[in-house]
Parts: sequence; structure tokens; C-alpha cells
Amino acid sequence: MTQTFPLLSRLLHWTMAVLILAMLFVGAAMVSSLSDYSRLVAIHRPLGILLLVLVAVRLINRLLASPPPLPVAMPPLLKFVAHASHWLLYGLMFALPLVGWGMLSAGGYPIPLIGSFHLPPILPHDKALYAILRPAHTVLAYLLFLTFLAHLGAALTHALVFKDGVFRSMVK
Amino acid sequence: MPDDPYSFAHLTKAASLVRLSGVGIVLVSIAGAFAATAGWLSPGRLDADRMIDRFEAVNGEHPGFRRNHAKGVCFTGWFESSGNGARLSTAAVFWRGRMPVIGRFALAGGLPMMADGPAAVRSMALEFQSPDGDRWRTAMNDIPVFPVKDAQAFYDQLAAGKPDPRTGRPDPAAMQVFLARHPETARALALIKAQPFSSGFGNATYNSLNTLLFVDGARVARPVRWSMVPHDTFVPEPAGKPADPNYLFDALIARVKDSPVQWRLVLTVGQPGDPTDDATVPWPEGRNRIDAGVLTVMALQDEDDGACRDISFDPLVLPAGITASDDPLLSARSGAYSESFTRREGEAKPPSAVQPGTGS
Ligand code: HEM
Ligand code: HEM
Repeated sequence: MTQTFPLLSRLLHWTMAVLILAMLFVGAAMVSSLSDYSRLVAIHRPLGILLLVLVAVRLINRLLASPPPLPVAMPPLLKFVAHASHWLLYGLMFALPLVGWGMLSAGGYPIPLIGSFHLPPILPHDKALYAILRPAHTVLAYLLFLTFLAHLGAALTHALVFKDGVFRSMVK
Repeated sequence: MPDDPYSFAHLTKAASLVRLSGVGIVLVSIAGAFAATAGWLSPGRLDADRMIDRFEAVNGEHPGFRRNHAKGVCFTGWFESSGNGARLSTAAVFWRGRMPVIGRFALAGGLPMMADGPAAVRSMALEFQSPDGDRWRTAMNDIPVFPVKDAQAFYDQLAAGKPDPRTGRPDPAAMQVFLARHPETARALALIKAQPFSSGFGNATYNSLNTLLFVDGARVARPVRWSMVPHDTFVPEPAGKPADPNYLFDALIARVKDSPVQWRLVLTVGQPGDPTDDATVPWPEGRNRIDAGVLTVMALQDEDDGACRDISFDPLVLPAGITASDDPLLSARSGAYSESFTRREGEAKPPSAVQPGTGS
């Protein structure tokens, strides 16, 4: 009965789900190990920028191809929480890579991506800006992790307890 | 009538509760894996936070200052590349020509107000701003080898060297225990003691100590260590310590006021078998040395608002054409400098001990 998401939407969703979870783990791992730090940061930067590109594509796709509606029977409060959490996820998916890029700009770091290709700074080299953005990157990352957990919990509850076709709409 | 799947009655059915706990277990497992990855379950793991905490525990808290090499002064100048380095690396730093540099002279140690003295290691940090926009940052010391081989040894040595609050000096027994566990440090310290210090900042040789890989146009990577070799004549450090707590920096300020101070950048190319992963071990004599150009220090600025203040001289800020070797100190430095930088950028900085004034 419920329609499913278009193929492109599903592809973007699952690719990004894997990459974002990987980014969160890579980020947490790199600041917790001095020996792996440099190798992991070198993965973290380009992967984060790839996610920025993907979320831009995804937002355009989302605005063009509207998603299947939630089941009519779903209580309005639950619907509201669902929609709000999706926009929170979009916000964080944009904010994290932008803050990562911005904080390295404000910290006066060159931002190598792959080979000799560098990103230009998007903010001036500025002590006060760096001092705000670097902790913001951490706080937003942990907020993204919590939002992801809530999202996964809700998705599994749809699949196993509500059995209302919402989970299926993103798998096939 | 069909069961409302969103109702409280449905959610509290036994079957639903079992499934909901299954969901809970999945979420808790992922959160646990994340906590383990972040090191929250292994308080002994040496991360950047703990490393910088230890600097603060040993030296006290000095907001706004670098957690190591805390006493210093900024400089600006030029690097005139000879073009000879281009044989080893494609980095634009080595193209023939002149480029601006920003740098910093400092004393090793985490005390921003420490008195200059013959025992303190002196350092030069440098950012080359190459013509293609690429950056190379390096921080060098005036000792021939580094005392420790990896981050854990550095961390343990910091604790062993912590002054005893009763005597004001490190506990010799703790250092003995450390040296017994780290014969490589004992050997390195002997080499460091054997080489006389120079009389000032301007006539000291600053060494990379760590090894990086220089990659040439044919993608051949060679291990390289480098040094800044002074044009000023070497004069050994005189015995005794002058009363002026800033005598080394004051002499540097006077020297730069007098005329620009110069160094040659000398690249030393390692041979197969030369250690690349152990900065406590010197390379044998007779290695190929390449004169890559001349550094000219034109002016000094205090680091209260000089350009070097907001720079982290992370040894892995490298241009294309230079890459990390297997030296474990490199990644450790990169992580620790980042944490030191993050802390000090978030703090108001009191005035530095070294004030070159305007016009120097
Ligand atoms: C979806 C995107 C991203 C996620 C989920 C993410 C996540 C994280 C996490 C969890 C940390 C560890 C935070 C901590 O515990 O303090 C971190 C640190 C870091 N991130 Fe990201 N990040 C993202 C994008 C980026 C981008 C695009 C850049 C740069 C271009 C970047 C640069 C960094 C750097 C340099 C650090 C470590 C800084 C340090 O040594 O203190 N991140 N990130
Ligand atoms: C694991 C080993 C090491 C640790 C934990 C460590 C720690 C630090 C820290 C925290 C700073 C202050 C960074 C900042 O706030 O910008 C610093 C600066 C410095 N370190 Fe290290 N260091 C290590 C190894 C080395 C080695 C091998 C060298 C060899 C040349 C070195 C040379 C310097 C120099 C020259 C500076 C001063 C940079 C400046 O003037 O800004 N360090 N170190």
C-alpha cells in the first residue's frame, strides 16, 4: 500500500548512511589515538567533503522528488517528530562538513584533499572563529550520532513493531 | 477490528516488547562500539588530550601559550631557493626563486616565562609560502637527535622530568628508572651532551630530527632529514649564565636589528638501511647533502599578535612532493600540536616575555 522512495533517493540514503557512520567512527578514532591520527585525518577530510557534495545532491533530489507520505494512521505528533528529525539530519549533514572546512580555514591550515588538490579557505584565518568552530564540530558530531541512533531506532520500530510499510519504503 | 499499531496497547503486547528490546540492544551495541572507538572505555590510551594534560600537569597552566616551546618570538623573512632541491622533490618550495616565510624562535619547555639558559634547547619553526600557494611547515631543534622515539616514551619522560614540589628539581631516581627502560634515550642524551651548544639563536644549527619522504618527478621517494645551517660563525656557549633572563632573545633582537640573519637549508639524503622511524638515532656521516637555498630572517615580532601566534607548526603540513615517513613521532606531533593549538586559541593570551618592539 505505501509507495516507496525513488531509486536515486534510496541509493543516496544508504550510501550516505554508511559513509556518515564511517565518518563518525573515523573522527572519534582519530582524536583518540596519536599513532593513527595522521592517517585517519587524511581519510576524514576528503570523505567529509564527498559527503557535503552528496548532501547537496540529496537536498535537490528531495525538493524535486517528494517522498512518499507517511501512513495516514500515524498519530500527528509522531509525524511531526519524524519530519522534524529528518530536517535536523539534513541540517547536521550540511553543518558538519561546512564547520570542518570552516574551522580549518579559521585555523590557518592548508586543506589538502587528494594529491596536490587543496580546498580554498572559506573563512578568514582568525583565532576567535577557530575557537568557536573547533568545539562546535565536536558538539555537532555527537549530536549527529545521537540523532542517527534515534533515527535507526525509529526505523527498526517501524519495521518490527508498527509494520506500517515505512521501513520498506526505503529498502525497496 | 484491526489492531492500531501506534497504540499503547499494541506497544505493550509481549511480542512488541520483545521486539522493542531487540531494537534497544542494537542501539546500545552501536553506541558501545562508538564509545570503544572514541577510547572512552580505555582510560589508559594515549591520545592528544592526555598528552597535553600532562604538559599542563608538569608545567602548570599558562593559558594562551603553546604547551611546549612556550617562550618564543615570531619572525618574517624570505627563502631563496637554489633550485637544487627540485632533484629530490616536486614541491614548489624547491623551484628556483624567492618566497616569503613566517617563523618562530623558541626555547623548548612549557614555561612561557622561563629564564634563558645554556641548558635550554632552542628551536626554529618555519612556514614556507611557496609560489603555487602550497605550504610547508617545519619545526626544528638545535640538537643532533631527539631524546625519545615515540609518543609513549615522550609522555613517560615528561612525568619522569617533572620537578619535585619539595626540591624544585626532577627526582633523579625517576629519571634513572626511565633511562633504564629506554636505552635509546640514554644513547641520544649522550650524543646531545657531546655536541656543544652555540652562543645564541643566530649561530645555531636547527635540525628536523624526524625523517620525511621527498618524492621526485619520477615518483621516487627518498628519506630526507634537513637542517638550517647558520651563516653566522659558530661560537660555543660561554660558561656561566648572564643575569638577564632574556639574554638569548635580547641578543637575537640586537642581531636582527643590526642586519638580516641567514641560514642555508641543507637536505641530507638517507641511504637504504638508515633509520627513518627512529629520531633518536643519527644517520652515518658521508650522506649526500644538498644545498636547497638560503633563509633570510628580516624582522622579529612579539607573538602577542605576530603572524606566528595563530599557526600550528604541525610537521605534517606538507606540500605535494613531500610525504610522511614511518617515523611514529610525526603522527603524534600532528595530533598533539592540534590539541595544543585548539586549547590556546580558545584562551586569552597574556603578554609574552619576549618583546622585540617595533622597527626591529
Ligand atoms: C559528515 C561530515 C563529518 C563528520 C560526521 C565529522 C565528524 C568528526 C568527529 C566525530 C570528530 C572528532 C571530534 C572530537 O571528538 O573532538 C571530528 C574531528 C575532526 N574533523 Fe570532522 N567530521 C565531518 C566533516 C569534516 C570535514 C569536511 C573536515 C575538513 C575538511 C573535518 C575535519 C576534522 C578535523 C581536522 C578534526 C580533528 C581536529 C583535531 O585534531 O582536533 N571534518 N570530525
Ligand atoms: C611526541 C613527541 C612530541 C610532542 C608530544 C610534542 C609536543 C609539542 C607541543 C604541544 C608543542 C606546541 C605546539 C603549539 O601549540 O603550536 C610543540 C612545539 C614544538 N615542537 Fe614538539 N613535540 C614532540 C616532538 C618534537 C620533535 C621530534 C621535534 C623535533 C624537531 C619537536 C620540535 C618542536 C618545536 C621546534 C616546537 C615549537 C614550534 C613553534 O615555535 O611553534 N617536537 N611540541
